[in-house]
Amino acid sequence: MENKYALFLGCTIPLRGRHYEKSAVEVARLFGAELEPQQDFACCGFPIKSATREGTLLLAARNLAVAEEAGLEVLALCASCASVLAEAAEELADDGLLKKVNEKLAKVGRKVERPPRVRHFARWLYDEVGPEGIKEKVVAPLGDFRFAVHYGCHYLKPSWAFHDVEDPEAPHSIGDLLRATGAEVVDYAEYKKCCGGALLGIDEELSLRIAGEKLTRVKAAAPDAVVLVCPFCAVMYDDNQGKVAAQLEEELGVPVLFLPQVLGLALGLSVKDVQLKLAKNKCEKLIAAFAQEK
Amino acid sequence: MTISKIDPNFKYEVAAEPGGEEIKYCFACGTCTAACPVRAIDERYNPRKIIRMILLGLRERVLDADFIWLCSTCYSCEERCPQGVSFAEIITAVKNIAAREGKLHPAYVTQLELLKKFGRLYELEEFDNKKRAKMGLPELKTTCDEVGKLLGDQ
Repeated sequence: MENKYALFLGCTIPLRGRHYEKSAVEVARLFGAELEPQQDFACCGFPIKSATREGTLLLAARNLAVAEEAGLEVLALCASCASVLAEAAEELADDGLLKKVNEKLAKVGRKVERPPRVRHFARWLYDEVGPEGIKEKVVAPLGDFRFAVHYGCHYLKPSWAFHDVEDPEAPHSIGDLLRATGAEVVDYAEYKKCCGGALLGIDEELSLRIAGEKLTRVKAAAPDAVVLVCPFCAVMYDDNQGKVAAQLEEELGVPVLFLPQVLGLALGLSVKDVQLKLAKNKCEKLIAAFAQEK
Repeated sequence: MTISKIDPNFKYEVAAEPGGEEIKYCFACGTCTAACPVRAIDERYNPRKIIRMILLGLRERVLDADFIWLCSTCYSCEERCPQGVSFAEIITAVKNIAAREGKLHPAYVTQLELLKKFGRLYELEEFDNKKRAKMGLPELKTTCDEVGKLLGDQ
């Protein structure tokens, strides 16, 4: 395992997903890896693809150039950042396109020679540590807990950008990692569906309805929390859960966690290390189980 | 709809956009539409119908429509299409054409402005960096002017 990675935070995490970032950095450290945010990383490009595909590619390529200069592979916490950077890395294998992109990047003194490898943090964890590696290091088994996984869209799709590493029609990796802690992973209807986040700024009512459909299904499965690997899914399910509930005219009360928060606790990190209390919809059951010990 | 409002070249225009190339392989099976989480709860958005409108040359009606902005970019349509057509990419191509004609949805106009100004969608302030430092996370640069320079003409 390489020791150091360029940690790609994107736009949302530095402000609204610090608990995700903190817990991911701490979990990686347990396995001897250092995740280092690059000061020159900026927006991945994903948010403006509808406006300008070319602009998106330029922003993505710029970030790849920053990582390449540092000589580091990229690990992204946001699934949309991971997908758009992975797409760009694939597209830039075309020498003609690479040349055109580099002509534009020259304006800001950047150049991509050979795009670095891009992975989502959870994919890296699955590849390099794996459920067995987690299992070996569990010190606080979570046998009393049941979690629902929300894979979201861009952790796996478009599948070509991720070399078809996992079938988006039958995803299992996040569930496998969670089960390694002893926790139960619950099935629920429509578990592969989108959070609706990309439409929040376009049609809030519709976007909340998409999130509401999912949260209703999660609630019916009655897990202790829904577990996420994308900060924008958290904007929908955690930050906006109150609005979703108001729209549905029903109580939801679905606690929201990020994958490394759960894994971190099982691996011996403290409630503070994984910032368990930062969510709006906190997992009180986990807090109660771990708060007194640390 | 009069014949004069039909632009038979629209499909070629979409096909010439990066990502739009495969539109002509669509045989209208509707798998994209069945897979779409937006279509499932909102009838305004219908991928199969949008493809037909493009193939029929209803250029203005497509580019002026509110529904073209309703893709959630989940890629379910692309993953399931038996013809290797990515509707997610096609609708992106359509939106890019609309943008070039001054019809960009105001939400994206705002997002472009924010990115040009801050390099990120949200402004990162010293206040945020203080919170980060308290948590043991490294401080980050609050702006990135390279983004504005790259997007200058967008």
